[in-house]
Amino acid sequence: MTALAILNGRLVDPAAGVDAAKDILLKDGRVAEIAGTGKLKSRNGAEILDASGLVVAPGLIDIHVHLREPGQGYKETIATGTAAAAAGGFTSVAAMPNTTPVNDSPEITRWMQAPERGAAVRVFPIAAATRASKGETITDFAALKAAGAVAVTDDGKPILKDSVMRETLAAAARAGLTVIQHAEDTRMTQGAAMNLGPMSFKLGLRGMPVEAESGLVERDIRLVGELRDAHPHLHVAHTSTAAALAAIRQARRNGLRVTCEVAPHHFLLTDEHVGFYDTHAKMNPPLRSAADRDAMIEGILDGVVDAIATDHAPHAMHEKEVEFEHAPNGIIGLETALGLCLRWLHSEWRMPLGRVLSLLSAQPAALLGLKGRGTLAAGSFADAVVFDPKAEWIYRATESKSKAKNTPFDGWTMQGKVRWTVSEGRVAYGSGQ
Amino acid sequence: MTLTAARRTLLTPVVPASSFPHNPGSLLSVSDLTVDSVSRLLRRATELEGQDPVLRDRILAKRRIALLFYESSTRTRTSFELASKALGADTTLISSLSSSIEKGESLKDTGLTLRALGAEAIILRHNSSGAPWLLEEATRLPVINAGDGMHEHPTQALLDLRTVLAHLRPGIGEVGAETLAGVNVTIVGDILHSRVARSNMLLLPRLGAQVLLCGPKELLPEQAAGAGPGIAIERDFDSALRRSQIVMMLRIQAERLAGLQLDLDEYKASYQLTGQRLAEHSPTAVVLHPGPIIRGLEITAGVADGPQSAILEQVTNGVAIRMAVVERALAATAQGGVA
Repeated sequence: MTALAILNGRLVDPAAGVDAAKDILLKDGRVAEIAGTGKLKSRNGAEILDASGLVVAPGLIDIHVHLREPGQGYKETIATGTAAAAAGGFTSVAAMPNTTPVNDSPEITRWMQAPERGAAVRVFPIAAATRASKGETITDFAALKAAGAVAVTDDGKPILKDSVMRETLAAAARAGLTVIQHAEDTRMTQGAAMNLGPMSFKLGLRGMPVEAESGLVERDIRLVGELRDAHPHLHVAHTSTAAALAAIRQARRNGLRVTCEVAPHHFLLTDEHVGFYDTHAKMNPPLRSAADRDAMIEGILDGVVDAIATDHAPHAMHEKEVEFEHAPNGIIGLETALGLCLRWLHSEWRMPLGRVLSLLSAQPAALLGLKGRGTLAAGSFADAVVFDPKAEWIYRATESKSKAKNTPFDGWTMQGKVRWTVSEGRVAYGSGQ
Repeated sequence: MTLTAARRTLLTPVVPASSFPHNPGSLLSVSDLTVDSVSRLLRRATELEGQDPVLRDRILAKRRIALLFYESSTRTRTSFELASKALGADTTLISSLSSSIEKGESLKDTGLTLRALGAEAIILRHNSSGAPWLLEEATRLPVINAGDGMHEHPTQALLDLRTVLAHLRPGIGEVGAETLAGVNVTIVGDILHSRVARSNMLLLPRLGAQVLLCGPKELLPEQAAGAGPGIAIERDFDSALRRSQIVMMLRIQAERLAGLQLDLDEYKASYQLTGQRLAEHSPTAVVLHPGPIIRGLEITAGVADGPQSAILEQVTNGVAIRMAVVERALAATAQGGVA
């Protein structure tokens, strides 16, 4: 494999505590050398990326994406989803198991990682916690882990039964896997299409109460507490309510290993953005009240939130062009996450660049135990994103690399243009020097 | 916690202004209408009602109007049809049970098909809230919302307004923001599932009325009071009656209860409009009901047929109002075809 040198850039690697002008040499898929600008010892024969005026950072890591394969290739494929990931600066994505069939087996877990899928960046499968994600019988966590699964979840659906969740947490702890919960008490959300509040009343839509999320998070935290000696790791997916975040904050104070992620749409948008039945503002969990949205911002700024994850959920256009209550949940997010985080978290709300990047790389890597990822320290995987931190641009969904175009951020101003994405030493996105 | 206070002032993304309605002839929500346009519609309804049928027949002669009905309907469908025909328009009825909708054709494709067949406006009744917005987005035709799910029923609110005015402000020519000042309108019953309630509670306060919503928690959530200005909740029916000049009764929408269990005897004891209740607390109020009536449940037969009832006047007013609304729908595109 040829070597690649990224020269003259500003290296921002929060995990390594670096924010300085550095040259980087990538070789054989790993970071071979980091040196002051112009001081690399050996760059003979290396292909050169000139990062003058650009930020060089560890490749971004999205621990919550839906790549739709196997079985729903009309929405997205592993190839197109990871192409979108690369365009958005992501070098690792963790793929949810709600495929057709559900990824509840080592065979599917391996199939998703096979070279034939044509992935542009690294795909880490997250396997189903229960068979067919029916919430009844837990899967073989050790075998799934051996096949490459990095966590278990029934995402799209909750693990609802107390007994099954307890068993899942205990077995996952033994296997050394994280349990990711889609926290929704579905007994409280039947037929609901958006957040319960004045807006749902006004629109005549059935609403999902905040308690459907926070109640299940509280139940899960209680179970983690009961299993304290086994040290289970509970990760709350797409946290959207102040009450759930408060419960997570308290669990952490009590010394429990409970982590959470927040999606850009949940820290930027509210249920008012549903407007007149915009199905691009329909997702699960739904867009919440301004108070809940503000709590997400606060949680990100004060550190209780461990990761930004997009919940990239591609759907075909015709599936979204239907009556609001019948439209599928979810929006795409891989190509807008960095631009939105830099525009809002960094520029508008003054979060230091290193901390923003940490939420998008170092912290999610640590959360799922992705060794050698989320940093560009010598010896780590050669996963990098090179971007112009000041560049403003308008996002056009029609230009997305994803098969799907379902996004509420079409036409939004983004900040930070990705110039190159390098996955294990290969340029996965961007061209020209 | 000082940080919290500081963060509350953070700038967040603005909610974009609505681009609806795309077509100036559309009537999706009562909120699409200014008070002036409400006034114009009311005046036009009266003019059209009194006009020589032979002359009236030329107003929309041979214009094509599609009635697209995904739910059963007696009053609304018939009165839209009579109103359209009274203006000379050709109407065609597409109902979900005798069309390709049954075969799985989407609302968007159905709308595009109707447009391709020459429909110049579509009157839509649909069981999903928001369906008229989807149809208008797809076709850009004038779309008249004839009731969408639990959301709105704008022409019902307009005909209710016409009925209210006939009783409380007889002979009034123009209406404005103060026309109904001092008037209390109580809407009683299954507010949660009622598109009639939503359209009325958004329209009547804009003419100065105060709307009192009355019903049990299961059918009237607290959020309802936040739907707009001039709306309050009064759970005590008798107290609401004593304060009201207009009482609008609603049917319990069994088809939308979604598993909700109601004790009907308890409901009747608290919210049924009986002759005794009316005589005791509101002997002069005008009683409205959008229909269909379930006699003996939300209203007794005696009240429905009694002297304070204006239920059949509402039905008659429906034709006049819908003539004005249909005329407005096609007036906007009279010259240029599809906008």
